[in-house]
Amino acid sequence: MKRLIAPFLAVLALAGPALAVLPSEQLSNPKLEARARKIGAELRCLVCQNETIDESEAPLAGDLRVLLRQRLLAGDSDQQAIAYIVARYGHFVLLKPPFEADTLILWLGPFLVLVLGGLGVAAMTRTRATPDMQPPPSLTPEEEAALARRLEADRVS
Amino acid sequence: MRRLIFLAPLLLLAVVVAGFALGLRRDPSLLPSTLIGKPLPRFSLPPVDPKAPGLATADMIGGGPRLLNVFGSWCVSCRYEHPVLMALKSQGVAIDGLDWRDTRADATRFLAAEGNPYERIGDDEAGHAVIDLGVAAAPETFVVDRQGRVRYKQVGPITPEVWTATIAPLMARLKSE
Amino acid sequence: MIAEIGQLALILALCLAVVQAASLLIGAWRLDRALMSMGRTAAVLQAAFIAIAFAALGTAYVTSDFSIALVAEHSNSAQPLLYRIGATWGSHEGSMILWVFILAVYGAAIALAGGSLRESLKARVLAVQGVVGAAFLGFLLLTSNPFLRLTPAPFDGAELNPVLQDPGLVFHPPVLYLGYVGLSIAFSFGVAALIEGRVDANWARWVRPWVLAAWIFLTIGITMGSVWSYYTLGWGGWWFWDPVENASLMPWLLATALLHSCLVLEKRGALISWTILLSILAFSMSMVGTFLVRSGVLTSVHAFAVDPKRGVYILAMIAVMTGLALGLFAWRAPRFRTGALFTAVSKEYAITLNNLFLAAATATVFLGTFYPVFVDALHGDKISVGPPYFNATFAPIFMLLFVLVSVGPMLNWKRDSLAPLLARLAWPALAALVAVLGAILIFGIGHVMAALGFALGAWLIVGAGAVLARRWRPAERGGVWGRIHATPLAIFGLALAHAGLGVTTLGITAMAGWQSNAVIAMTPGQSLTLAGKSVTLNGLRGIEGPNYEAAQARFAIDTLAGPRVLISERRFYPDSQTTTTEAGINVGVLGNVYISIGDRAANGGLVVRLWNHPLVNFIWGGAFMMAFGGMVSLADRRLRVAVVKRARTPVPVPAPLEPATA
Repeated sequence: MKRLIAPFLAVLALAGPALAVLPSEQLSNPKLEARARKIGAELRCLVCQNETIDESEAPLAGDLRVLLRQRLLAGDSDQQAIAYIVARYGHFVLLKPPFEADTLILWLGPFLVLVLGGLGVAAMTRTRATPDMQPPPSLTPEEEAALARRLEADRVS
Repeated sequence: MRRLIFLAPLLLLAVVVAGFALGLRRDPSLLPSTLIGKPLPRFSLPPVDPKAPGLATADMIGGGPRLLNVFGSWCVSCRYEHPVLMALKSQGVAIDGLDWRDTRADATRFLAAEGNPYERIGDDEAGHAVIDLGVAAAPETFVVDRQGRVRYKQVGPITPEVWTATIAPLMARLKSE
Repeated sequence: MIAEIGQLALILALCLAVVQAASLLIGAWRLDRALMSMGRTAAVLQAAFIAIAFAALGTAYVTSDFSIALVAEHSNSAQPLLYRIGATWGSHEGSMILWVFILAVYGAAIALAGGSLRESLKARVLAVQGVVGAAFLGFLLLTSNPFLRLTPAPFDGAELNPVLQDPGLVFHPPVLYLGYVGLSIAFSFGVAALIEGRVDANWARWVRPWVLAAWIFLTIGITMGSVWSYYTLGWGGWWFWDPVENASLMPWLLATALLHSCLVLEKRGALISWTILLSILAFSMSMVGTFLVRSGVLTSVHAFAVDPKRGVYILAMIAVMTGLALGLFAWRAPRFRTGALFTAVSKEYAITLNNLFLAAATATVFLGTFYPVFVDALHGDKISVGPPYFNATFAPIFMLLFVLVSVGPMLNWKRDSLAPLLARLAWPALAALVAVLGAILIFGIGHVMAALGFALGAWLIVGAGAVLARRWRPAERGGVWGRIHATPLAIFGLALAHAGLGVTTLGITAMAGWQSNAVIAMTPGQSLTLAGKSVTLNGLRGIEGPNYEAAQARFAIDTLAGPRVLISERRFYPDSQTTTTEAGINVGVLGNVYISIGDRAANGGLVVRLWNHPLVNFIWGGAFMMAFGGMVSLADRRLRVAVVKRARTPVPVPAPLEPATA
């Protein structure tokens, strides 16, 4: 049964345009509607993977869009409206993962890689930079030829 | 020191593979409920059949652990689950129903054809109760103890295996509380 | 009969792969030419047999042989021919056959390529390729057999998911796989080098064209996917940070890093360990991507039907193959001599930084994609990571990288100084300044981020031009035309690719800053204005297609190029009971108008969704420029050690041996 439901729901989701918000759902107050759209873009539709509630045509998404607008009309701030939904559906409904102990590696990881890697690269360059990067004293033609031969052989190590 | 740096990718791979291996045993689509251990949200719903009583939170408190089953006549998995619920009713398990996104006619027809395992049914026309319960899809079933607290949420149909392995032992424990 | 032939062919191919690996490993070790020759023959034969199996499956689809379970599940007699062919790789099993087919063809191409590749190195490369091939063939035969019969055979099959019935989707997987699987050659080269214990310019010169070819295919494949989702899925979006999209992005990022790293290795003999590591990791990311899509560890709209058993097998493959490769790396790579010296202001250093940024970007995408899995495995907690995370982490890293992109080509090898470098960057810097000031003046201070985006785009495009200008400045006799003529194709390729990046940046910036939409219920005759363009609903009627019925709406739109008609449909496929939306798109250089209809609204009108997408075509145009730049580079004779055009049966091409003009 599960095998059938998931692809069925997935196609339902795929069938929807990027904005499943219906004209009848929209609030008449453009400021509130804009807030609802902004928040809607950050809430995940729970039945269709990887769509926001604004994008999904699933009935649950429609219910959540209406609920969100009701909360905004009731005077909730953005944070309060989101908290209302999270209290019922859990953190999974947020597309932006919360910043807490659990998700430290997630949020800090990328920059940690950059910083640690940068330090590594800097260290590597320092060991490479030889102190005598000045032009060497000129060589005799025989020394030059010998050097060229040596370098050629060295390149194929 | 240099050797350690060269070993790092392999160590990282080990961590990642271990993580994936553990992750394979999980089902990413199963969402945990935020209500576990908390009181059942307040609702008071009209009945599906006008001659029968509706369902309110108060009806579910006291008298022993009960099941609250969210269903709809349109829901394929619910039909799959229905015979199990009928069997549970005949064993004396107390089940209440919450009809979701259904017309009264469709729900009545469904129950007349498949049988009615519910002591009481609430018609969630407005859709608020299911949102307060954090329901994402049907069927979902809540195990409510005698104080009216949610102790477990079953996402998807209750199969005989799920009943024997998880829900029946839980209900037995709750009965003795 | 066909199914049995296909099955047998696959089994034979598996045996050949094992023979290939064994004979070549032993042959290279003992320098036994007969064994090595046998191994090369095995590689070619393996490709031939998989070709037979692939053709068998394709024939079964085209002739609608429903006694094969796969055909019955993904095709039916009403399905147009193109989609019957496309269904061959539209399923998990079919796509795996495509995978092993391309893997074997790449191997055969190396086997048949002549030229200056050391015989022992070639042998070891093919041996590793054989091991990979054997692993995937084993996976195919043990868990995903495409030739399983269905008895009794149904009268008709289930049609291919209607959303997949699109020409773009037929070609998207093969192109993408040519990229993914092409990275296996780099993997094989890397591991072979570790086994041999030496990495030299010859190795780098051989690997680069193959990585470039795989990179080109991957770029085109990812872009095709983006274009397809834009116009087919009716989302009007072009990237969603969906796990499967990320699965294609990660190999691409590493392949880009590998490409540049190979350049340094070839020209200067530096960054040896980096290059080997990248060659191992790039293909490992391809395998991780395969794991993601087929194991059920993450759900995604793109995923095939999931099966944890297959997931276990693929994970085991990754653990063993990547594990052995990285183990070899830990053991042998420290012995490689450190490469040539370079200072902090040099092209090598810039490319090292480039690698660092790309690795950090890859790590970001990896973290964002798989963190939910790890958290779930450890805590049972479910969190989700969506676009807001990637916008906060990936975007800044990439914007920093883009600044570097125009700096790198302007640096000299080994040793350069800051002042001349800044002088060379004067024009790109000026262009960026003009862009940011101009954008703020025209659009206002509120659009500062977008202005910066335009500045980056200008920096990249003018920077690419500056690379060419630097070469063409007539410093000696011969004149400009002579210098243009003498410019290697690879430099033109560089300029095209980096400029393409700039063009894409302009598109992304415009879409992020100025996209707009409207949703209303319309009745015929009604008009709607968005972003200065007027759209009128002219008519609504029902139509019938080959396997669907639809409600079709016709719109008239006034564009700069004159009045146009846009058609949007809402289709219902009775066989699979699914509904899809076909969007009407007016394509223009400065942007698209995108219309998508829904169902009837409560008041009886038709729900119409209208978008304005400024410069959206720049996003894909720039990406195709990048791929084209890659192709131009590939055509450079200095790079072409032995390029074999991918054909149904591999054709040997003698390699022109050019003396190294580094």
